[in-house]
Amino acid sequence: MKHRLWHFKGGLHLHGHKHMSMTQHAVPLTPPSRVVLPLQQHIGEPAEPIVEIGQRVLKGQMIAKASEYISVPVHASTSGTVIAIEERTVPHPSGLPATCIVIEADGKDEWTELHPVTDYQAMDPSALRNVIREAGIVGLGGAGFPTFIKLNPGPGNVIDTLILNGAECEPYITCDAMLMQEHPRRILDGLLVMKHALHARHCIIAVEDNKKAAHTMLVNALHEHESEFIEIVQIPTRYPTGGEKQLIKVLTGKEVPSNGLPINIGMVCHNVATAAAVWETIESGKPLISRYVTVTGEAVETPRNLEVLIGTPFRQLLEACGWQPEQTDEVLMGGPMMGFGMTSLQAPVIKTTNCLLARPKNQPHRHPAMPCIRCGQCTNVCPAKLLPQQLYWYARAKDFDKAQDFNLFDCIECGCCAYVCPSHIPLVQYYRFAKTEIWAMERDKQKADHARRRHEFHQYRLERKRQEDEERKRKKKELLKKTQGKQDTEEDAKKAAIEAAMARVKSKREQQEKKNVDNLTEQQQQAIHKVEQRRQRLREAETGNEEKS
Amino acid sequence: MLAAILVVSTLAIVFGLLLGFASVRFKVEGDPVVDQIDAILPQTQCGQCGYAGCRPYAEAIAAGEAEINQCPPGGETVILALADLLGREPKPLNEEHGEHQGKTVVEIDEQVCIGCTLCIQACPVDAIVGAAKQMHTVVKEECTGCNLCIPPCPVDCIHIIPVEEDIKTWCWPAPPAVLEKPPEENPA
Repeated sequence: MKHRLWHFKGGLHLHGHKHMSMTQHAVPLTPPSRVVLPLQQHIGEPAEPIVEIGQRVLKGQMIAKASEYISVPVHASTSGTVIAIEERTVPHPSGLPATCIVIEADGKDEWTELHPVTDYQAMDPSALRNVIREAGIVGLGGAGFPTFIKLNPGPGNVIDTLILNGAECEPYITCDAMLMQEHPRRILDGLLVMKHALHARHCIIAVEDNKKAAHTMLVNALHEHESEFIEIVQIPTRYPTGGEKQLIKVLTGKEVPSNGLPINIGMVCHNVATAAAVWETIESGKPLISRYVTVTGEAVETPRNLEVLIGTPFRQLLEACGWQPEQTDEVLMGGPMMGFGMTSLQAPVIKTTNCLLARPKNQPHRHPAMPCIRCGQCTNVCPAKLLPQQLYWYARAKDFDKAQDFNLFDCIECGCCAYVCPSHIPLVQYYRFAKTEIWAMERDKQKADHARRRHEFHQYRLERKRQEDEERKRKKKELLKKTQGKQDTEEDAKKAAIEAAMARVKSKREQQEKKNVDNLTEQQQQAIHKVEQRRQRLREAETGNEEKS
Repeated sequence: MLAAILVVSTLAIVFGLLLGFASVRFKVEGDPVVDQIDAILPQTQCGQCGYAGCRPYAEAIAAGEAEINQCPPGGETVILALADLLGREPKPLNEEHGEHQGKTVVEIDEQVCIGCTLCIQACPVDAIVGAAKQMHTVVKEECTGCNLCIPPCPVDCIHIIPVEEDIKTWCWPAPPAVLEKPPEENPA
């Protein structure tokens, strides 16, 4: 039965340039002497290193663990010694460095102990997802979203169709085509694992009709496989059919809602290379440490696909394919439509590196941007049904609210609008600029809200402290008053007691006074008188002596 | 005549009661405009505007006592947003209050810090930790870059450091301006 196909709006017919890199089989590239493994090769939070500098690691050993839910681990792609955990250049349009684990290879390429899954069908889907997560598998199509999350239908969701994306619509890139041609069994087996994890009813593998060989190989493999749930569909070659939403539209006629996910309409889309990586993990226990990379472009003598260890520097890939640096204008990671120029070729291959494109110098001159003439061609080709012209005006005027009103975030940055623009306006760059600015504003806003809460708490704390201090003071005063009153009465009692005692003593003394001089005889009185006179004389004599001296 | 008076006075009483009920039932706590202004301000709490913090400045703007161009950390973005919200004319930033600079945080030179706690008391968002006679340190994630901790420091051990861009915070640059005239054809 022939599968009915639909069309998505817009899109372009582009010259594929795919034959260049399809003439030779993919070969493994010699492992480099040093691999650089960025902690973030996926969407989400970076992984956390679990090795130390100087530690020996084996090939396939986990060297950084997932830090959050949306995160996956990183594994050593060869055996050797960890020589650094530091900031290194990574493939990113900013050219900024990020934390990487650097391993000096010992050349032995010694594997760690691997744990293949013998019977995945007996496994619980959540355990299966965990195996896939621990293997560090992310979407290999380009975005790098952790695969285990996309293998979780979530509560209440029923997956009707699981789509394997083998469209590979961007010119020059052939890594998926080569993989489908060479390892169709791996892809089919991986697809069945994914189907089991998702409980999907039906599977479709979509291949563009310019990849005849890949399609034939897959169909042959499917005949051997005898799996009745899998359908292989050839779709017309049109850019960007490989976009998730566009592919779903072509295959099913359904549209993914704006700001929605395919899962909202019962569909999940994975890349063919991701399925192959899943099967490698299940079959042999190997984590994701290598991938197919297309090295192509007019500035490369023998364009071809290479099986490359993650962490290999770009320069080594290019040199393995007869790269001519003097003829190179620019090296892109990705294709000519969505790729970005590399500032440094020391950057390593990461999980999402699908293509290195060396563009030659003798290309037609890049035209400077001219004013928009409102021809509307961009609107005709936009596959997301947006109004690129309006988005351009608002992004240029930094009117980001308005740009969002025109669904800026539904833009898939495919580059069709900029490709057809007769004024050569770098439209996609405007949208990327607007998107990142909006995210930055969002971050600032969150930070400001956080600061406001902290400041409010700070003030509340000061106020509370002030009140507590006042309360304490008040209590102390009260206590002081009370005790003072008490002391007064006590002191009065003491004083009274003392006075009473004094009075008693006084009265006693009065009673006792001069008892020895009462009732004296005549003789005694005369004796006293004599003594008194003598004392008088002595006193006078003393004062006289003092006056003389 | 009597009927008319009765009808009108009954209506007056009914509507009076309605209004009275509504004023109690739908009472708005505080001034919502102040909240809206406060939401636009960057919350550095630096006081460069001449008020004790972002909230007091927002209150002053709402009361018409302050201009909208007194916030150096917010810069042009905040002025435009405030102008938009309040329907006032945007003006350039008032230089008296300072210049708009890139984002910064502060750092304590821990070798020099004597543990006086003066900076802790000055920090409006409690972003400095430490205790008397113990070394202090700035929690950079919480620091708003208000620099209020710098003047009280008796040993000048607090330094301003710019916030560096990393991959997560990096923004695509705006494309160069569009040419208004076609480039001259190269005769060769």
